[in-house]
Amino acid sequence: MNGNEEKVKHPLLEKIKPSLIAVGCGLLVGLVIMMIFNIQEAFGGFFTMLVGALNQGTKSLGDMLYMATPIILTGLSVGFAFKTGLFNIGAAGQMVVGAYTAIHIGVLWNIPAPFHWIVAILFGALAGALWGFVPGLLKALSNVNEVVATIMMNFIGMYLVMYMIKANVLNPLDSRTLNVRDTALLPTWGLDKIFPGSAVNIGIVVAILVVVIIHIILNKTTLGYQLKATGYNKDGSLYAGINTKRNIVISMSIAGFLAGLAGALYYLKLGNHLSTHAGLLPQGFDGISVALLGLSEPIGALIAGLFLSYIRQGGFYMQLYEFKPEIIDIIISTIIYFSALAVALQFFFRKRIQKMKEKKRKKANEEEAKQ
Amino acid sequence: MSILYDLFHMSLISAVPLLVVAIGAMISERSGVVNIALEGLMLMGAFVGIAVIKTIEDSNSTMSIQWILLIGILVGGAVGSVFSLLHAYAAISMKSNQIISATALNLFAPAFAIFTARTIQNGQQIPFTSVFRMSEVPFFSKIPFLGDLFFKDVFLSFYIGIFVLIVVFFFIYKTRFGLRLRSCGENPHAADSLGINIYKTRYIAVFLSGLLAGMGGVMFVTSTSTEFNATVAGYGFLALAVLIFGNWKPFRIMLAALFFGFMRTIAAAHAMIPFLENLRIPSEFYNMIPYIATLIVLSFASKKSQAPKAAGQVYDQGRR
Repeated sequence: MNGNEEKVKHPLLEKIKPSLIAVGCGLLVGLVIMMIFNIQEAFGGFFTMLVGALNQGTKSLGDMLYMATPIILTGLSVGFAFKTGLFNIGAAGQMVVGAYTAIHIGVLWNIPAPFHWIVAILFGALAGALWGFVPGLLKALSNVNEVVATIMMNFIGMYLVMYMIKANVLNPLDSRTLNVRDTALLPTWGLDKIFPGSAVNIGIVVAILVVVIIHIILNKTTLGYQLKATGYNKDGSLYAGINTKRNIVISMSIAGFLAGLAGALYYLKLGNHLSTHAGLLPQGFDGISVALLGLSEPIGALIAGLFLSYIRQGGFYMQLYEFKPEIIDIIISTIIYFSALAVALQFFFRKRIQKMKEKKRKKANEEEAKQ
Repeated sequence: MSILYDLFHMSLISAVPLLVVAIGAMISERSGVVNIALEGLMLMGAFVGIAVIKTIEDSNSTMSIQWILLIGILVGGAVGSVFSLLHAYAAISMKSNQIISATALNLFAPAFAIFTARTIQNGQQIPFTSVFRMSEVPFFSKIPFLGDLFFKDVFLSFYIGIFVLIVVFFFIYKTRFGLRLRSCGENPHAADSLGINIYKTRYIAVFLSGLLAGMGGVMFVTSTSTEFNATVAGYGFLALAVLIFGNWKPFRIMLAALFFGFMRTIAAAHAMIPFLENLRIPSEFYNMIPYIATLIVLSFASKKSQAPKAAGQVYDQGRR
């Protein structure tokens, strides 16, 4: 039994090895850039970044969980679509329509306490699903490139939400949305006692739950199998009788649902508002990083989302060393670049090693033959 | 009449950067490498190009304004082309996923621009003061009708755009290298068997697309704004849409760019047009027009689109 377990562990290690190499390389590049800009403070700043969410103990840990919630879900959204061979860079747009819908319901509807926030996040997620459905349909019916379509949907969503805020839930003093009713705020269920002073709420619990559900859908259901088959080989799965067009629409809708949920969970929070200024939500693009770092796996998205959020907290405290927090984005993008290379690198090394082994075997065979 | 004239000019101004960037993307995709890093390449080019323009302005040099713009555009192109080599290395030499490496560049560029700008100066904006618009091109503006349309109130970028279009057309369709480049994007194995160096050809193609994207970035910022603010407003992705709508062919790309330029102009200038102003539709809806138009147009154009067959596929000599 023990021997078996070791064999099971081995492929997992193989699988995450490229990510670990990429993270190492990315951090190294980040350190070098910091040294170029300010060599005296570089190591202090770098260390603070690595300490990340442990800088302020339970407060920063709780903040980390709150900030991780949306990017785990947008990462899940991007990764889920990736499994079907679709690149969803529209998480920002799906998230913003989800966020707006949740806020709209939270401000204007009057629903008794335990149901209000549940209804709000459900409708938010559905709005996101609609925003993913459109590019999915365009892709399925007329083969519109989903990269372009989702980006266009980002801008359409952004302007639509700007208009809707002004029309319905504007707080004219700050040009942003009104506070949602208390009943629509996400509860904390005692998490605020574990992480006092932080922004944590049950959003993170919902996110983890959804990660598990998506993991099950992808790995234990027919739908998940069909979606993945479509991603691996579209023609092959069509030949096998899978309705690939339907799957593309379903996949994009679910991806949108997840991103919409991210928006709803993130904004049903006291003191967090959507503003009427033009700008795409950064969490949508973090989702791409999270999905790529997490190898498009649901569990991977959870880990990568927590990691990104952890290191972002470090970036926040790094400002004490006069480093701008954007260094984190530089590091993350470098990590993604190296993770693109790392898969190839590993493949390359594995081939080399195989060749060497074959040579050895040949030599051994020849020697045996001589004897 | 003067409104039509203004609209035409504004459309040209927004169309030119789109044209240049989309033409660059065309070179890359015709060679078989999908380049969705255009946004990042434009941004990097614009960042350094605008920084150089500002530096020249601050140094109180007596250089003429058009020379400053030309230098800025060329610097932007140089930066874009060097930056694009990162994508080329990952996509061609390392056989990585082209979407992932391009996305890494797209994420890196704004972070790098903001980080560097905020570290060196206060704030991420890089303003410039020169007005690059030429009110009149001497001699040519006297030509009746055409002089009004193409030689008054124009940017130098317009002529560079036309130049790029013509040169690239000849390069792709009339030279030996162009033919080889196209063959790499259609059937790289056949091309390889005839002695064409796929890797070298694709490197050159990506390098050129980076060059044009970087130039386009500077053109975009200098003709639509008075500062660089770490964004090119999704133009890189719009250029991809232009490329698809233009069916990977230079002159169709030009028409597509004009169409998108016109759509953007309506979004930006609806208040100028009395008929649209009277409708009293909120400005947010006008701002959506270019993006909705893109979706509609692509849903008609994509069905019969003829993308290069090998675009996006890793070239592996051992695979048949």
